[in-house]
Amino acid sequence: MMHIQEEHKERHVLSLTVANEAGILARIAGMFTARGYNIDSLTVADITDDHAISRITIVTSGPPKVIDQIIAQLDRLVPVHKVTDLTDNGPYVERELALVKVAGTGDDRIEALRIADVFRAKVVDTTIESFIFELTGPTEKIDTFVGLMRQLGLVEVGRTGVVGLIRGKEAV
Amino acid sequence: MAEKSGADILVECLMDLGVDVVFGYPGGAVLPIYDALYNHPKIKHVLVRHEQGATHMAEGYARSTGKPGVVLVTSGPGATNAVTGITDALMDSIPMVVITGQVATQLIGTDAFQEADTIGITRHCTKHNYLVKDPGKLANVIHEAFHIATTGRPGPVLVDIPKNVQVATAPYRRPAAIAHASYRPQIDADPVAIETAVEMLAAAERPIIYSGGGVINSGPEATRLLRELADITGAPVTSTLMGLGAFPASSPQWLGMLGMHGTYESNWAMNKADLILCVGARFDDRVTGRLDAFAPNSRKIHIDIDRSSINKTVEVDLALVADVASALSDIIALWNKRGHEKADLAEWWARIDGWRARRSLDYPENGAEIMPQRAIADLYSATKATGKDVIITTEVGQHQMWAAQHFGFDGPNKWLTSGGLGTMGYGFPAAIGAQMGNPDSLVICIAGDASIQMNIQEMGTASQYRLPVKIFILNNEYMGMVRQWQELTYESRYSNSYSDSLPDFVKLGEAYGWTGIRIEGPQELEAGIRQMIDTPGPVIVDCRVAKLSNCFPMIPSGAAHTDMLLDPSQVEGTLSDEAKALV
Ligand SMILES: Cc1cc2nc3c(=O)[nH]c(=O)nc-3n(C[C@H](O)[C@H](O)[C@H](O)COP(=O)(O)OP(=O)(O)OC[C@H]3O[C@@H](n4cnc5c(N)ncnc54)[C@H](O)[C@@H]3O)c2cc1C
Ligand SMILES: Cc1ncc(C[n+]2csc(CCOP(=O)(O)OP(=O)(O)O)c2C)c(N)n1
Repeated sequence: MMHIQEEHKERHVLSLTVANEAGILARIAGMFTARGYNIDSLTVADITDDHAISRITIVTSGPPKVIDQIIAQLDRLVPVHKVTDLTDNGPYVERELALVKVAGTGDDRIEALRIADVFRAKVVDTTIESFIFELTGPTEKIDTFVGLMRQLGLVEVGRTGVVGLIRGKEAV
Repeated sequence: MAEKSGADILVECLMDLGVDVVFGYPGGAVLPIYDALYNHPKIKHVLVRHEQGATHMAEGYARSTGKPGVVLVTSGPGATNAVTGITDALMDSIPMVVITGQVATQLIGTDAFQEADTIGITRHCTKHNYLVKDPGKLANVIHEAFHIATTGRPGPVLVDIPKNVQVATAPYRRPAAIAHASYRPQIDADPVAIETAVEMLAAAERPIIYSGGGVINSGPEATRLLRELADITGAPVTSTLMGLGAFPASSPQWLGMLGMHGTYESNWAMNKADLILCVGARFDDRVTGRLDAFAPNSRKIHIDIDRSSINKTVEVDLALVADVASALSDIIALWNKRGHEKADLAEWWARIDGWRARRSLDYPENGAEIMPQRAIADLYSATKATGKDVIITTEVGQHQMWAAQHFGFDGPNKWLTSGGLGTMGYGFPAAIGAQMGNPDSLVICIAGDASIQMNIQEMGTASQYRLPVKIFILNNEYMGMVRQWQELTYESRYSNSYSDSLPDFVKLGEAYGWTGIRIEGPQELEAGIRQMIDTPGPVIVDCRVAKLSNCFPMIPSGAAHTDMLLDPSQVEGTLSDEAKALV
């Protein structure tokens, strides 16, 4: 009998600058699937006045050797300008935005509001029986918040995925 | 400025880029380009019989000339038929530019007639691809496509041109030199790494040079420098299947190919070396065998232009991201500057000679049947005796491995084979492409009876263009390589590996206007080969060989180099599930 073994994985946040051209997302996402790499989240938006360059932030996980390969494989794609492993490149900031819908009445509703306050979540929509909270922060903070809301009437969640930049005055 | 149609701009670009031959097949979505070609007789168009044939011809042309191969096919089925050859070129780092027609821009996405998502389909089997929606951008894209295909790690680049873009007009000016914003292959190695490499080489007691296809990609200078490095260090040299010819097989420092079907001496030397200098090779699984047992006591230096090749499967101690020629020239210069002498490797060579004494490429002969190895060896000596420039292509299977083992290559670009993808059907069209690029060379495709049938329709192409290619079939009436694996790992259950209903290859040749020759026994071998070489025009040879020969030596999949099988008596006939799960 033969069984397939899994390897230990590390989470890494990669920041890419790429030419803002048709098909670039498919090229990157497809490279991940073709080579069996994980994408935990991926965000993209153009970041220059002339719309020539986009920043893509990818959260991925894998054994260190695989992370190395992922970076090399991204780097050799023709439209990719630069790949930075934020996780391995000194201090950095990562943020994610979530919209969290919670429905409930009575104590649950009050508790949800109280927790939202602790997390500095904003109420962006409300009815008598529901809220939508807007929350930004690192992934764990959002995970924790969503976990708490689950017990208080969580209906659904929308998340942007992570964006990140290195700390200090330099660009990546 | 006078405007030109997209089709004319394309053809103009091809001429500016020095393209003299295009392998293609027409269809609705490329008619404007074919019309433009009609008026430009300087570019020779080779009309193939199947688009896959065009891609392998372009590969054969590219590998034998060092210039990019160019393919032109129509949308939909034309493009999808080209996919195998494009993938083959990607795996083997062959420079190729493929032009595909596409339905008009306003029809894209409507499931129009002969529409296929060519860009989507080829995104991961090209080095890069483009959909051009504006004839004004076509010239830049074509020039950029050639630049990307031929620089860095070479590979196939595809340009998809909708039909209305071929017809619409735009001003044309020859683009200036390409300064790409994000694509900048690294040519020169870090000088600190060069220093470390030289010190490691100088300190080695049991060095070995493991060279690969990247030496051939890098060009003739890299081949020359590899020889020089071997000369000044005295190190033994082995090579991958893809690198054969970069180092002369006639040199006493040559150990033969390494890997699954490599020689005993090269695999043992890899296993016992204290320093491996990998030059433009990529630690493929056919080479490494079981990874945790691969060259366990060595330090490793890896020269490769593609950073993703480094540490992909085997972790190395020193990486030189660089072009082979540049890195070798830096290493040699520093070696000489530091006044290093050739180390005393006598002990190392004595061990190597011990492994050589096993004579791992020997094979039994009974005089009644032609042994396939003998056929290759005789082909080698007969072609060598002609003094002609000889180019060998192969199909895929046992015959390919026997050719790699028993044909000696003394120069680069003379050995064309499908290594990475292992594409049956590659060899014959590749021979046609090589003959187009080398009209005076003796081009021979060494084939198996099964593989040759995968692109046999190209016999018509060779006839049409009067190309004197030779097909030398080692006919064992089996998909021999498959049968061998079934013998070794599935207790000889020969499931669907018999080549039933083979055509009469001699008559088939005659039907296409070729000469057909059959060689039935050992006494006919020499004369048959001679007749093939002496016959002008294309020749197909049906050489009947021993049906059940196996290709040895062999490292079973998932085994270590030191577990090499030298002959059938060592074969157990069964395999664990773990080993069965590996290819
Ligand atoms: C049936 C079968 C059996 C096989 N058995 C064997 C076997 O026994 N032994 C064997 O060796 N192979 C065997 N192969 C072939 C094998 O699958 C691989 O194709 C081959 O080993 C790869 O060769 P390579 O490492 O030289 O790399 P290639 O595929 O030639 O890659 C070239 C490497 O060089 C780099 N490079 C390219 N250009 C440059 C440059 N200018 N400068 C620096 N670096 C550059 C590339 O980035 C790449 O890493 C077999 C294939 C088949 C079909
Ligand atoms: C397109 C394709 N299909 C299947 C295979 C699997 N395959 C590898 S070798 C081989 C048999 C080749 O037989 P033949 O051409 O007669 O050569 P021999 O091994 O007998 O020398 C097959 C089917 C392949 N390499 N390529």
